[in-house]
Amino acid sequence: MIALPASAGFTPPSPADFWQPLIGDGAFAVTRPMVVMVLTTAAICLVLVLATKKLSLVPSRGQWALEGVYGLVRNSVGRDIIGAARVRPYIGFLFAIFTLVLVNNLMGITPVVQYPTFSRIGFPIVLAIAVWLVYIAAHVRHNGVGGTLKHLVPPGLPFAAVPVVFVLELLTFLVIRPLTLALRLFGNMFAGHMLLLLFALGGEYMLLHGGFPLNVVALPTFLIYFFLTAFEILISFLQAYVFVLLTSLYIAEVYAGDH
Amino acid sequence: MDGITGSLGIVGYGLSAIGPGVGVGLIFAAYVSGVARQPEARGMLQTIAILGFVLCEQFAIFGIALAFVFGGL
Repeated sequence: MIALPASAGFTPPSPADFWQPLIGDGAFAVTRPMVVMVLTTAAICLVLVLATKKLSLVPSRGQWALEGVYGLVRNSVGRDIIGAARVRPYIGFLFAIFTLVLVNNLMGITPVVQYPTFSRIGFPIVLAIAVWLVYIAAHVRHNGVGGTLKHLVPPGLPFAAVPVVFVLELLTFLVIRPLTLALRLFGNMFAGHMLLLLFALGGEYMLLHGGFPLNVVALPTFLIYFFLTAFEILISFLQAYVFVLLTSLYIAEVYAGDH
Repeated sequence: MDGITGSLGIVGYGLSAIGPGVGVGLIFAAYVSGVARQPEARGMLQTIAILGFVLCEQFAIFGIALAFVFGGL
C-alpha cells in the first residue's frame, strides 16, 4: 500500500491488527477490547461510587472535577438542548454515555492499555442501539405511535410531497441516525488509532532498518507521532461530546411539537 | 504486472474526504465570523458549529469505512 524506498520488509498496519483475541478464537473469543471495556466500566463505577460517598458543600478536588464533568453534560448539553424542564429523566443516561465514551476513547492513548475500545465496530453499534431504543421509546411514550409518525412530516408541505418526505424521514429516523452515530464514533477512533500505528511502526522501521537517508526522517516521524497523540486527546473529548450532543438532540425532538 | 499496486478503496477515501473538507472549512469560517461580529453569542454558536461539523464529517467517515469494506475488491 505504501511505497517506501526500501519497503521490502515493511508491512503497513491493517484493520487485521485490531483483532486481538486473548482467550480462545473465532466468534466467541475473549478479545482485548472486551477486557478493556470491562475494566473501564468497573473503574468508572468505582470512581463514581467513591467520589460521591462523601459529598460536601465545599467540594474536595476530586468532587470538583467530577462536578465539572457532570455540569458539562447537564448544563451545556442537557439543559441547553432538551430544556431544563424536560431533561431530568435523561441526565443519568447522558452522563453514563459521556463518561463511558470518554474514558474508553482515552484508553487509546493510555500507556500499556493503548486500545480504543470503540475502534471495534461492535461496541459503538451497541451504544447506538441503546440510544435508538431510548429516543424511540420516548417518542412513543410522549406522542404515541400515530403522533410520532405524524411528527416526521413538517407541517405546511404541498400534498404531493408528503409521501416522499415521509419515506425519507422514516428512513432517517429508523436507520440513518443510529448508523451514523455508530459509524462516526467507530470511524474516528479507528482512523485515529490507525494513524498512530502507522507513524509508530513506520518510525521504528525507518530508524532501525531503513539505512542512512531514512534514519534521519525517523525523528520528525516520531515528532508527528507525538503531536498526533496530543491531537487524539482532543478527538476523544470531541467525540464523547458529540455523541451526547446528538443523543440529546434526538431526545429533544420528542418535545418539539408542544409549545 | 508492474507499476503501482494497492487498494483503490483508499483513493476513494481520498475523493470522499474532499467534500467534507470544504464543508468543515466553511462551517468554521462562518463560526469565526459569527463570533467576531457578536462575541456574546459564542456559546450558542459553538454548539451549532460542532453540530454542523459532525453532520458534515460523517461523509468522510463513511468514506473510510467503505474504503476498508471494499478494500479487498
